[in-house]
Amino acid sequence: MKSNERYEIRFSGSGGQGIITAAVVMADAVGSFDNKHVCQTQSYGPEARGGKSKAEVVISNAPIDYPKALSVDLLLAMNQAACDAYFSDIKSDGLLVVDGGLVQQLPTSRSVSIPFTQIAIEQIGRELVANMVALGAVGYLSGQVSLKGLEQALLSRVPKGTEKMNSEALQAGIEEAKKIDLDSLPRSVLSEWDDEF
Amino acid sequence: MESSENQKKVLLQGNEAIVEGALAAGCRFFAGYPITPASEISEILSVKLPELGGTFIQMEDEIASMGAIIGASLAGVKSMTATSGPGFSLIQENLGYGCITEVPCVIVNVMRGGPSTGLPTSPSQGDVQMARWGTHGDHPIIVLAVSSVSDCFSVTVKAFNLSEKYRIPVIILSDEVVAHTRESVTLPTTEQIRVFDRVKPDVPPEWYKPYADNNRGVPDMAALGDGYRHHVTGLIHDDRGYPTQDAQEIEKFLGRIHGKISKGFQDIMVIKTHLMEDAEIFVIAYGSVARSALRAVRDARELGIKAGLVQLVTLFPFPRKNVDIYLRQCRAVIIPEMNMGQMSREVSRINQADCRIVKHNKINGQLITPDEILKHLTTV
Repeated sequence: MKSNERYEIRFSGSGGQGIITAAVVMADAVGSFDNKHVCQTQSYGPEARGGKSKAEVVISNAPIDYPKALSVDLLLAMNQAACDAYFSDIKSDGLLVVDGGLVQQLPTSRSVSIPFTQIAIEQIGRELVANMVALGAVGYLSGQVSLKGLEQALLSRVPKGTEKMNSEALQAGIEEAKKIDLDSLPRSVLSEWDDEF
Repeated sequence: MESSENQKKVLLQGNEAIVEGALAAGCRFFAGYPITPASEISEILSVKLPELGGTFIQMEDEIASMGAIIGASLAGVKSMTATSGPGFSLIQENLGYGCITEVPCVIVNVMRGGPSTGLPTSPSQGDVQMARWGTHGDHPIIVLAVSSVSDCFSVTVKAFNLSEKYRIPVIILSDEVVAHTRESVTLPTTEQIRVFDRVKPDVPPEWYKPYADNNRGVPDMAALGDGYRHHVTGLIHDDRGYPTQDAQEIEKFLGRIHGKISKGFQDIMVIKTHLMEDAEIFVIAYGSVARSALRAVRDARELGIKAGLVQLVTLFPFPRKNVDIYLRQCRAVIIPEMNMGQMSREVSRINQADCRIVKHNKINGQLITPDEILKHLTTV
């Protein structure tokens, strides 16, 4: 990363999916453990559950002026509505990461589809930790955070007694992401001419 | 803010940093009523204050909260409340009492969309003029604005210091974006922070005149229970604190409480400047919008435009001398605000330099983006 460049991640889904928590852990890992500049913002509706939920993490080697995302490097969409709403904010060489079980219609083939919620249920036994599975994948695919720092940040932020479950979820996400070959994806989220015959 | 090797960086929210700043400045009493987007301040203080031997009270409403912090401060304890729009309306009742009785205290208003219950989870800057004029009568007040997590810490310390030094309620205006943005910051240690405590009387109790003038215009303040006679009233009062109708005494009293702030102008009025040395066009901004403005100014510089930023930390008293310099230097000023133009009218009021003033107002609950400001910088 050049000194003044930003890397921007947007976590999105619906209220109750742990979107903001995932972003906070990511920001803590980058800021407190990797010692980079980081700014984490969020927007949410007045509802406690349901409704749109969005959280952003801006990472830079220099102090951050505008705290929100300007053009998104990595978009995590935990449901179809979030994918549809925010896809257009991704920069052309950015990356879309979706929960494969909950997002069926992909607007680009430059995307990574992993069934985070299904993995949480089947491997960890709790749907609740789907956000941490997703965080593991986002952390790995972004290349912006040390995975050790990510785990340390997670352990310092989750409720006592849930450390094991959460850290297993994180590892499951990292392992899934390792199977992805980013180089095999198209270089741009924008469509190119394709003869229809 | 100074940082050193052995101090660890922490990820803090704006609201958390306000708590840390308040505690560092010596705040040991909080009374409030929870409200989005200010609730974290109450929530965290309800845990931290008792640990430090301080007091946290959840009151029945914000009228009572303001009354409680005035009472605590009169008893000698640095005190604070925090609220948002609807609660800030209720605060106004007793805020005037705090001004006339010259009681140091800090009020945090995390601005959200209004009027009324408005937009609880969205940012706004709609309470700026209210912070200045919300309580009735000509009254002196200090209003400061925060724009980042580190600001939230340092401006809160400053707010307590000013309130103690000038015996006056100080309002901190934050907004939903600043309040809920998390950033990695290194907080200064206790030794690095300058803390000002109110001056107590050193005369024998029988000589004490609680509202007597001195060279600072700020009377020494005894705590209730210290053994000094101390009559406190919302009526205009004489040197002893008793109600007066005498025209000379009224003029002397009101002259002094306004004058003490004028005397402290240099100390009270604070701005931050970015890239202003050779600027030909500049932005005046405060709160979260100042961050959008800084980005816009940097982008404009990349395009070869000599742009700069004046970030207001003190909103009131309006830092007219500091701003006037740049109105004379530049051909135009852009004033982006998440309201209909509440600070731009202050700039217009003092503009004697034919500097072109361009307002940019947004009231849809969304933060102003750098691009919106950049558009003005490239076309004006």
